Amino acid sequence: MSDIKEFLIEEILKNESETLPAAAEKMLAEIRRDRPSVPVIYISSGSAALIAGADKTAMAIESYVSDMGIRAEVVKVGCHGPSVFEPMICVHIPGKNKLIFRNITEDKTEALLNGVFHSDMPEEDLVAQMGNTGFEAWHGIPFLNELPYFSFQKRVVLNNCGCYDPGSIVEYIARGGYRSYVKTIRNYTFEEVCDIIEKSGLRGRSGGGFLTGLKWKYALNTSSDKRYLVCNAKESDPGSFADRSIIEGDPHRLIEGVCIAAYAISASNAIIFLKAASEHSLDSLNIAIKQARDFGLIGHNIFNSGYNLEISIRIEAGAFVCGEETALIASIEGKRGMPELKPPYPTASGLFDKPTVINNVETLMNVPLIMQNGPDWFRNIGTSGSKGTKVFSIGGRGRLTGIVEVEMGTSFRTIVESIADGIKDGKKFKSLMIGGPSGKFIPEEKLDTIVDFEEIMKAGAAMGSGGMIIVDETTCMVDLVRYYMSYIHKESCGKCIPCREGTGRMLEILENIIRKPLTDDSNATLERFKGVMQLETIASVMKDTSLCGLGQTAPNPFISALENYREEFEEHIFDRRCRANVCRGLRTFSINVEKCTGCTACAAKCPANAIYGTRLQPFFIVEDKCIGCGICHEVCKFSAISVR
Amino acid sequence: MYRTLSIRVLIMSKIESILKRYQAGRKESLTPILQDIQAEEGYLSEEAVITVGKFLGISTTKIFGLATFYDQFRFVPSGKVHLRICNGTTCFLNGSGQVVTAVKDAFGIDPGQTTRDGKFSFEIVPCMGGCNDGPVIKTGDKYYTRVKAEDIPEMVKKLRLLAEI
Repeated sequence: MSDIKEFLIEEILKNESETLPAAAEKMLAEIRRDRPSVPVIYISSGSAALIAGADKTAMAIESYVSDMGIRAEVVKVGCHGPSVFEPMICVHIPGKNKLIFRNITEDKTEALLNGVFHSDMPEEDLVAQMGNTGFEAWHGIPFLNELPYFSFQKRVVLNNCGCYDPGSIVEYIARGGYRSYVKTIRNYTFEEVCDIIEKSGLRGRSGGGFLTGLKWKYALNTSSDKRYLVCNAKESDPGSFADRSIIEGDPHRLIEGVCIAAYAISASNAIIFLKAASEHSLDSLNIAIKQARDFGLIGHNIFNSGYNLEISIRIEAGAFVCGEETALIASIEGKRGMPELKPPYPTASGLFDKPTVINNVETLMNVPLIMQNGPDWFRNIGTSGSKGTKVFSIGGRGRLTGIVEVEMGTSFRTIVESIADGIKDGKKFKSLMIGGPSGKFIPEEKLDTIVDFEEIMKAGAAMGSGGMIIVDETTCMVDLVRYYMSYIHKESCGKCIPCREGTGRMLEILENIIRKPLTDDSNATLERFKGVMQLETIASVMKDTSLCGLGQTAPNPFISALENYREEFEEHIFDRRCRANVCRGLRTFSINVEKCTGCTACAAKCPANAIYGTRLQPFFIVEDKCIGCGICHEVCKFSAISVR
Repeated sequence: MYRTLSIRVLIMSKIESILKRYQAGRKESLTPILQDIQAEEGYLSEEAVITVGKFLGISTTKIFGLATFYDQFRFVPSGKVHLRICNGTTCFLNGSGQVVTAVKDAFGIDPGQTTRDGKFSFEIVPCMGGCNDGPVIKTGDKYYTRVKAEDIPEMVKKLRLLAEI
């Protein structure tokens, strides 16, 4: 181990020339397992895979290999992208292309491995083979980059995810890692790094899309004895898991990005602000930092450059608003995470009143690549205004959900229809939600919008967090808006009145729309209608007067839903009907007297005791007692219960 | 709250060993210290808050003010079986709202509370990353995936057996 470490430091990292000697290249290829002599089994072990049962699969595979006495290597890697396929297994038989299998749960491992080691491939779980590797191809098996899920993607940030063991710095260096960092601190001054990044046109991947290089320059040009770099890995959006997946799959590149960014602003302290309840990401990062320190990449006088850097991790304690820059700073300082008025911007006076740069995970992941390949390489990817790629986490009702990375300029239609392969269970597409609780809906007509900061803005939405939720006809828009509003209401910090009170009132009105009674006594419909009118007023006031981004963007889901799906709101208010049959308060069930056999199954399961009747006689539902849960509808074997 | 002396001493020694890792008087260490104590103890006890206050020179009111602001901290011990229910957007679309209601009804408690017998507690967390298998419930190291509201009574029965051990 120490030999390899010395070799990597002396021969690879300290090597100033662009090309490495052939012997070194050969050694690296061996570490990368380019041409393995024994079979290698890669098991994806990110959060999504663990939830799907990857740890059990890994145990089963390891015990199979040791029981059978097979000489094979088992490697745990990060998630490759499509979380629908988890637990995913990649098998590399020497001399042949890598094969990728999907949904290999514990019970399937034995059959799979029996097949693999006896050249009798189990067809049904096979996804594809990796192409262009110079090995013998398998006959009749599609190539991975020909599958629509991958062919429409451009994997730059994610190209390491799922390919190497995230717990091994050796493998990362063998894949070219940390070389651009060492090159940077050896060859460039702080200003030069800022210039390169500014020239590349890299824009912050969350929120406003500010030029990263320019932001760094502001911090660098503020005179101070100390500066801080904060990596925002908070990922507040409750429906997004992109950053988490990146950290778990490729923690070392994030560390390298943090190191370069910290160097560019001459910061001696960098802090990674990590989301709460993400133990797996924390473990990956801790190991990565420890290894980087061990290799002398972090610490005192790094590679004799005279530059010192310490990286620490802070775990946020569970507050949505801490994704906002000033609130994040307050939280790290040990205060309540409440936002403050800007300016002064954090680049002038941030953490402990020192100049602070806050960058998102995805932004920092791009930095080592730009330093390695040059700003012109990066400028050639993407559109005229937005350079590079964008990572999205696709959730919701798509057929293939997971992490995807597309080049700027790809249309949302491509993402929904080609990459995500349309909607589950043959349902109809309704809307695409981007940006989570502060994001907006993109309806069918606007799906041809391309991924680009300005174009998305023109379509009335914002790039946001990279969380993407595909909504189909089984989802009620009013209910979804209510969900987002209840989330924001719970998370509002309470500092400014428009947000604290506004979210509460909006939630109340929305809940009133979907609640019983169904009858129209004492002008209830008029009240509900007035409520929606008030909602629009509240929304505009909140937008104009809230202190921070959280409050200003909180009404966004409601505004865009009302704009695009007004008829659904009207149906809820006037017709008292929910077209997706989601809103419990508006559902009424009735029993078809001719079909009911009186089996008592529904009455036994009804949680509200709303079903009465005599055994073997038709039952009936008391409408006033019914809570609309729909359990009776599900348990009835004679489909005698219908929903209105 | 009444405590026997030996338990008190045990708690204090644990807290002190945590505090040894930090510098006294550094206010920015407050959140990490509280997180460490919670990880060790499962909750923030009154004694713990007072000790931390003395250590950092912050009044206990301020510490409670901070701790109640964040979702993570709890002030009653968590149950023997602690459930974490994902309420991310995808899980919500797949019906985690009903699951939460069913769990509430089954235990008779709200998120963040513990049942009287000290056996169960649950909390709602944003996305855990298992969007394809949602709604997801995590207890200990075990994940329950694709949970439906109807499955909850059955699941609670099994968990009760687990909590008896």
